[in-house]
Amino acid sequence: MGRKILFITTDQQRYDTLGVNGGLLSRTPVLDKLAREGIRYERCQPTSVVCMPSRASMLTGQFPSTHGAWMNGVPLAIDAPSVAENLHDAGYATALIGKAHFEPFMDPFGRFAENSLASLGVPTIEQPWFDGRRGVHRGFDYLEFATHGVMGPLHYARWMIANHPEALGGFYQVVDAELNVNAAGGGDTGAPQVKFNDVERDWYHTDWVAERTMSWLEAQPDDRDWFCWMSFPDPHHPWDPPKSEIARVPWRDVDLPTNYPEKPSEREAIIDQKARHWRAWYDGRLVSNYEAPAKWVPATLTADQVREVNALNAVEVELIDEAIGRVMALIETKGWGDDVDVIFTTDHGEFQGDFGFLFKGPYHVDALMRLPLIWRPARSTKIAPSVVSAPVSLVSLAATFLSVAGQPVPSWSEGAALPQNDDDAIVHGHDATVTEWDSSLFGVDVHVRTVLTRQYLYSEYGPGTLHDGSEGELYDLVEDPLQRVNHFEDASYQSARATLHERLIAHEERPGERAVPGALMAPV
Amino acid sequence: MKRGTDVASLRHEIRISAAPDKVWSIVTRPESISDWFPGIDSCTVDGDVRVIKTHLGLEMPERILTNDSIARRFAYQITAPLYRFHLGVIDVLEVGPEDSLCVYSTTAEPDTLALIIAGGTVGALEEIKRIAEAS
Repeated sequence: MGRKILFITTDQQRYDTLGVNGGLLSRTPVLDKLAREGIRYERCQPTSVVCMPSRASMLTGQFPSTHGAWMNGVPLAIDAPSVAENLHDAGYATALIGKAHFEPFMDPFGRFAENSLASLGVPTIEQPWFDGRRGVHRGFDYLEFATHGVMGPLHYARWMIANHPEALGGFYQVVDAELNVNAAGGGDTGAPQVKFNDVERDWYHTDWVAERTMSWLEAQPDDRDWFCWMSFPDPHHPWDPPKSEIARVPWRDVDLPTNYPEKPSEREAIIDQKARHWRAWYDGRLVSNYEAPAKWVPATLTADQVREVNALNAVEVELIDEAIGRVMALIETKGWGDDVDVIFTTDHGEFQGDFGFLFKGPYHVDALMRLPLIWRPARSTKIAPSVVSAPVSLVSLAATFLSVAGQPVPSWSEGAALPQNDDDAIVHGHDATVTEWDSSLFGVDVHVRTVLTRQYLYSEYGPGTLHDGSEGELYDLVEDPLQRVNHFEDASYQSARATLHERLIAHEERPGERAVPGALMAPV
Repeated sequence: MKRGTDVASLRHEIRISAAPDKVWSIVTRPESISDWFPGIDSCTVDGDVRVIKTHLGLEMPERILTNDSIARRFAYQITAPLYRFHLGVIDVLEVGPEDSLCVYSTTAEPDTLALIIAGGTVGALEEIKRIAEAS
């Protein structure tokens, strides 16, 4: 018997939403304890700041430009590499419960397995694997899916429709009549994607994901190794947690974020230093990507709306923490506590008011790029607790899971296993990470490459609808941790810029076979 | 440049190693769409009205606008209320005696729906090619 793996992800969660990372709004004692007992990473970056490419990187250990799911709406090839296939081959029972999103949600034809599985009433289906064999879907024996609401064909929505139809109307309608991300406001402040939800807490998707995970875990024999990916849809918008819980964080008491200058002129002066699409979005002249509401203008965002969004976000984070606590308690009850590795992270961040924005897009700053990452190794390994300050990437997750399982890291993995401390990071060369953005939607093209080092955050914009290939952003994280001063054109930073440019060139020219970029099949 | 309420028009195409008339014989029968459009499980045809049923159980009514064997053009319109406008056109073009180009165009308002339907047409073209080249 080896080490079991509980992989926990959330969706669109900032680094600073956890108490152990300095967050003051949410109480997260369960995750804080896991962090203290294990390895807490201070600089984890995604490979992409939107769901599908980032999640595909977790599964494949590859950057989006390699696995081919280069933007939301582009499905990951069904025979792409999957760490779950390798773990399955190693004898692990494999499950994914909650939000997958390797395939588009907007799929009225039910062409993608993620959308048709619930109606089939089976735990998985047979599909082609990367190595040419056929096996369970992307390597998972068991799949139950959920996303941000109660519409659509996934397991959670069907469960709600069947069991609690009276509660469906309490949820925020994620998309509008035109199937765009809904801009309608709610709550006390009229903030977009906010609604007071009368759903009972037990019926909300956070508790459903934990409950379904525990049900699967209960069925596993003690001597069976398992890999369980428990994937919460929250705290991604909509911000509609059960109304019964919102008194936990009264929004009127919430301080504004450090990176939300309340004075518009101050905000705009900061934004104007950045690449031009920042100000275009802020003013409502251009929404470059589907993930932000097409009819919402960031300049209209009020301080109270920022407070209310952050309060509701914090409630959602607390509910997740408590749900994880219940799963951890079950693991201890089963007597597995010494043999389970727990890895917690998210796919990307959220503005939550920084610079006057909500949501996400091609804006590579800490709000969207700095992620919570905790690895609590199995206690039996006696790996010492540590805090890793070196830059690491979600592209390392697949290799990490395989190292936990005692399996070799296959050649398709572009990430090395996560370091266990900063010395380990130096030995294994964890000194920079890259994040990619490519989007092409309704005539608007944006291409960004960003490298993070211990000192700098550096982005180059490729030629596109608004950029001619000459723009960029360079932030000195030591002097300017809030990324307010863009040194891209600063003569005194040209040496640093040249070095960082070479880093990006090296990324583009890295060895390895690239998948053919997938076709855009839906907005998301 | 702000998007959200615009019409979008998307086109996908595929080269098929088969005579244009053979490809057209697949496309021209409105009741056969469930044979080659992935995710459409069945349909009924009554005059110029076709109602498709998807794998997820959704029913979508359509009106057949053109079924022209000389131009080898099949055009139809989804009339479900969600669509302010839709036009789907399949053209089979002759490249050579055993060589065809099949073009599937989707125009819709709102634009998001054009993208969703056009995404489905990619798989449809692949199936049309598979059937034409196998027979």
